[in-house]
Amino acid sequence: MTEQTGLSLIDRAALVTPPSLARRVHGLSERAIAWVFITPTMLLLLAINIFPLIWTIWLSFTNYRANRPNAPVLNVGLSNYQSILTDPDVWAAMTVTARFVFWTMLIQTVLGFTLAWLIDKKFRGHGLWTTLILLPMMLSPAVVGNFWTFLYQPQIGLFNYVVAAMTGVPPSSFQMLAQVPLAPWAIVIVDSWMWTPYVMLICLAGLRSIPDYIYEAAEVDRASPWRQFWSITLPMALPFIMLAVLFRGIENFKMFDMVNLLTGGGPGSTTEVASITLKREAFEKWRTGYSSAFAIILFVTVFGLANIYVKALNRVKSR
Amino acid sequence: MTAGLATAHSVVDPSPLTKRIASVVVIGYALITLVPLVWIFLTGFKSPSDAIAYPPKIFAAPTLEGYCNLFTTRTRQAPDYMAKLPPAANLCDRISRGRNMVVAGPSNYIPRYINSLVIAFGSTALSVGLGTLAAYAFSRFKIPLKDDLLFFILSTRMMPPIAVAIPIYLMYRELGLSDTKLGMILLYTSVNISLAVWLLKGFIDEIPREYEDAAMVDGYTRLQAFFKVVLPQATTGIVATAIFCLIFAWNEYAFAVLLTSGSAQTAPPFIPIIIGEGGQDWPAVAAGTTLFLIPIVVFTVLLRKHLLRGITFGAVRK
Repeated sequence: MTEQTGLSLIDRAALVTPPSLARRVHGLSERAIAWVFITPTMLLLLAINIFPLIWTIWLSFTNYRANRPNAPVLNVGLSNYQSILTDPDVWAAMTVTARFVFWTMLIQTVLGFTLAWLIDKKFRGHGLWTTLILLPMMLSPAVVGNFWTFLYQPQIGLFNYVVAAMTGVPPSSFQMLAQVPLAPWAIVIVDSWMWTPYVMLICLAGLRSIPDYIYEAAEVDRASPWRQFWSITLPMALPFIMLAVLFRGIENFKMFDMVNLLTGGGPGSTTEVASITLKREAFEKWRTGYSSAFAIILFVTVFGLANIYVKALNRVKSR
Repeated sequence: MTAGLATAHSVVDPSPLTKRIASVVVIGYALITLVPLVWIFLTGFKSPSDAIAYPPKIFAAPTLEGYCNLFTTRTRQAPDYMAKLPPAANLCDRISRGRNMVVAGPSNYIPRYINSLVIAFGSTALSVGLGTLAAYAFSRFKIPLKDDLLFFILSTRMMPPIAVAIPIYLMYRELGLSDTKLGMILLYTSVNISLAVWLLKGFIDEIPREYEDAAMVDGYTRLQAFFKVVLPQATTGIVATAIFCLIFAWNEYAFAVLLTSGSAQTAPPFIPIIIGEGGQDWPAVAAGTTLFLIPIVVFTVLLRKHLLRGITFGAVRK
């Protein structure tokens, strides 16, 4: 970023000016500028994030339905929350979401870390291949997820064909998106295809942050490569792995695009994650009050889990 | 490693065999994960029957039928009507005549693509513009509750989009912003601004304060110092941030599918509903997908040095 060569007059002046003197130089008062600069952002967030959030909280205590704007709105107290927390469908959706987050995180962490560890061996051309591996994560989950429904077609889909060619099972004997035991895995596969590079990239940064001299010292002490991996590489990369899991975990908890296009929650409700249930309640059944309460519960859950996780992350970091 | 060591490589440099194995595994993984993308590209140039052939055809006689079907709507006509038509005026006419169809008009793909462009660029300009100002203030000034405000800005990202969509839907209905580009631009800006503020604050933190201080000693006001010293220094960071915002807005689907249906609909909710006769027209879908993905592929390659920073909200810098 900053150029080292060719110091301009300003650069050279910068080196000799005491900051205290510089700060006394006036203009528009510093405090005024600070507020002028921050206010537009805050106003926008208040209008499009906070005000709607407060509205959602208010709606969650009512029986309001967005498709009947003129019907009388009744205050129903906590009954929306009560019925959500006792609704077996909601618990089923939360379980599906939790299992989905667990498996995607597990697969992506193992795969992503392994790839990062191999790329860190700095073989020839690793830069180019890293960029190519990163491509899927930048693409639109909806648009690419939609195309995966084609790859998953029985008979004509490439995925079924490749599986058939490798295992000998007839390609039309299984339907990734329509069979209860397979549909969750169909989504886990696409999600991992997209987001393993994400975990990989962050792990790679972690591995590169480990200074060489630690390995050199271990080498002097004749520590085996196995020992070096478990006592140096993994512990020192752990905060980075955890950070990747934090970001991906939050995103996957909110997961909507890919599931909506691949299975729409089906077959039955085997892949109905929380966001899909929320969409059904809010925009198909139009139970606005009820779905607002569900939205608040989801938000509090993500927020709470993320906070607990960040505390754990900080403990690992400070070790 | 310092020169003068006897060994050809340092003790921490992996052996050639390790490197060989690593390269085989990594390249193998890369090739496998690229297959779906290559398949999208190839399918766009297949005829509908080749696209759904079994076993799947890797290479088929290339045709632009998919792209024609993407850009046009067609109607099936009786043979005697077809016989009376003047000769086909262009390639797409000729291809659809071969299928006993007549081009009826342009499809909605181009308007949807333009909507995507307008909304993505509009929201990027707004979020980077506002974000730069806020990031500078957070970076340089004493602001009460600074950390809390920054965390608040970030926490707006934790809401599931569907949850945000409920009140936004009601609010936009009241304000007349439903299915408008302005409404979508404001919404995407509010989502992107957290990323913009966090990333840009990191980039501006890296510019030494002494530059501005020196400029101010030379008679610049704070504002002049910001515009003439800080902004030029932050250009790389601003461009990288802008590309991240652009990609997010370009890829967004949940808000688009719930809040737009016609005049402001973007490409992501439109591409999955491209259908031909008797089901999805996969070559047309593939063609639409290809054209939609190309800009992102280009940007990803341009952005590769800043990717890490962008995807972690500036938490990890190389």
